[in-house]
Amino acid sequence: MPANRFNGNSDYGVGIGLRIPHYQHIFSKKPVVNWFEIISENFMVDGGRPLEVLDQILERYRVVQHGVSMYFGSAEPLNREHLTRLKSLVKRTKTPWLTDHLCWGSVDGRYTHDLVPMPYTFEAARKTAQKIREARDFLEVPIAVENVSSYAEFHVSEMTEWEFLNEVVEDADCGILLDVNNIYVSSRNHSFDPFQYLHSVPVERVAQIHIAGHSKYQKYILDTHDHPVIDPVWALYARAIELAGPTATLLEWDDRIPSFDEVHREALKAKRYFPAQLREAS
Amino acid sequence: MNLEQLQRAVFEVTRQPLTPSERMRPRLPDGRSVREIANALIKPNDRMTSFERLQIYNQQYWFRILSSLSEDFPGLRSLIGERKFEKLAVAYLNECPSESFTLRNLGARLEAWLRKHREYIAGVERVAIDMVRLEWADIDAFDGLELPRLSAQDSGNLNGNTVFRLQPHLHLLDLAYPVDELLFQIRGRDAKSETVSNAVLKFPRPSKIRRSSLPRPAKIHLAVYRLQGTVYFKRLTRDAFALLNALAQEKPLEKAIEVSLLRTRRRVDQLSVQLEEWFKDWSSLGWFAQQP
Repeated sequence: MPANRFNGNSDYGVGIGLRIPHYQHIFSKKPVVNWFEIISENFMVDGGRPLEVLDQILERYRVVQHGVSMYFGSAEPLNREHLTRLKSLVKRTKTPWLTDHLCWGSVDGRYTHDLVPMPYTFEAARKTAQKIREARDFLEVPIAVENVSSYAEFHVSEMTEWEFLNEVVEDADCGILLDVNNIYVSSRNHSFDPFQYLHSVPVERVAQIHIAGHSKYQKYILDTHDHPVIDPVWALYARAIELAGPTATLLEWDDRIPSFDEVHREALKAKRYFPAQLREAS
Repeated sequence: MNLEQLQRAVFEVTRQPLTPSERMRPRLPDGRSVREIANALIKPNDRMTSFERLQIYNQQYWFRILSSLSEDFPGLRSLIGERKFEKLAVAYLNECPSESFTLRNLGARLEAWLRKHREYIAGVERVAIDMVRLEWADIDAFDGLELPRLSAQDSGNLNGNTVFRLQPHLHLLDLAYPVDELLFQIRGRDAKSETVSNAVLKFPRPSKIRRSSLPRPAKIHLAVYRLQGTVYFKRLTRDAFALLNALAQEKPLEKAIEVSLLRTRRRVDQLSVQLEEWFKDWSSLGWFAQQP
């Protein structure tokens, strides 16, 4: 089950995000890591150190691309320059699948650089799915969309977030990057049962799973990626693995980043939830 | 309300600058109530009003872009101080919101904007604009395109009609202040990081350079370029700068030498030695690219 057409029929195990504070450690110690996730936009440049670093990483490691500004859910058309640069990067990394968020973030060519939640309407689902299909046809690589953390819900919504996710991925025939931390964060912010969400996900479409930490405030939880994974999120992860099988998993840690070893150790905790015979191999 | 109308309405509110206490403003510039707009768009919950929930996106928008601009322009920030920089940044980003999928390009229009809004850099106008030019050149040189370099074999075929092609990552700056040295000092205190997370918690707090520590005016000519992944600043003589500028304008070699070195008092044989040295140096630094 973990290897499917939405992740290029690959079986990547547990990986971590490639982050600048870890470069020196990675190049000097050459640690064994199943795969690195890169933020596509950080490498969609014309040249220089970012691409030199990436090429060095690609000599030794497998890389999967994760984007933050495709904005499949924005009403405006896809940005052609973005797509062209992304395709060039896809050719460079040979990423087996590519992910970005199920959200919007640009209006009239102006960018929020944020992951704004969708209004869960049939119109939005149809338009979003259309853009995912367009991007996949152009990029010629499987696409999986990630559920985002959210802090607001729109009156115009006609369905739940998980129903919207189902609508979009079925219509687009694309994969899901299932972020169990985001499910948890949104469940607390909007008072729903995270397991109900999880049980509604079409598990055969799950290409990858994200785990992460977050920050708790008085009235809401913010998805900050600056803490270890908490137990309720591990519980969701365990259930996700039961449902979907031992799927490619990535720990996100983007702020107040600790040492490489600490991040890697935290990520490898995910293997506790894999079937025994896969724990060593993953 | 369709998808496009909803997104436009949300963006109109979330891109409004925050109040001094980092809250969402109660009214839009045209007088409409933000609370009413939020109530119409966003569901409240048992802990937060519609206004408060929309405010999170308003805050995240500004924290993120201010943090990014601040990280890209530590020199300008130190020159004018944190409070003035924040005012400048809010005004700039309000007028020139990001039009790129990458935050890397956020400061692309800052120099042009500052030339029209000198009130934000009053008292340090020239040095501040020089600093912004240098910091943007540094950003652009860091990951700009590098074309295949001119080979030794190509160099053997050069003549007076040759039109040189300079590397796209090479920037030539004529500056009224030695801001290169100042930026080195500032960078000794700050470190650069990448921005990838979904949430931004704070605006970085830098320290301001004392007015007495500002450099005295001294015209310099600078090449900002990349070599083996590192960006360098190289000072040039006025003549060398003029020649490179003429080459950058795609003037043939003979014409470029003529227009740039017209006023030089050097003898022809001295000039010849100097030109040879320069071209050897610039070639070794990879500044010349092959013609397509």
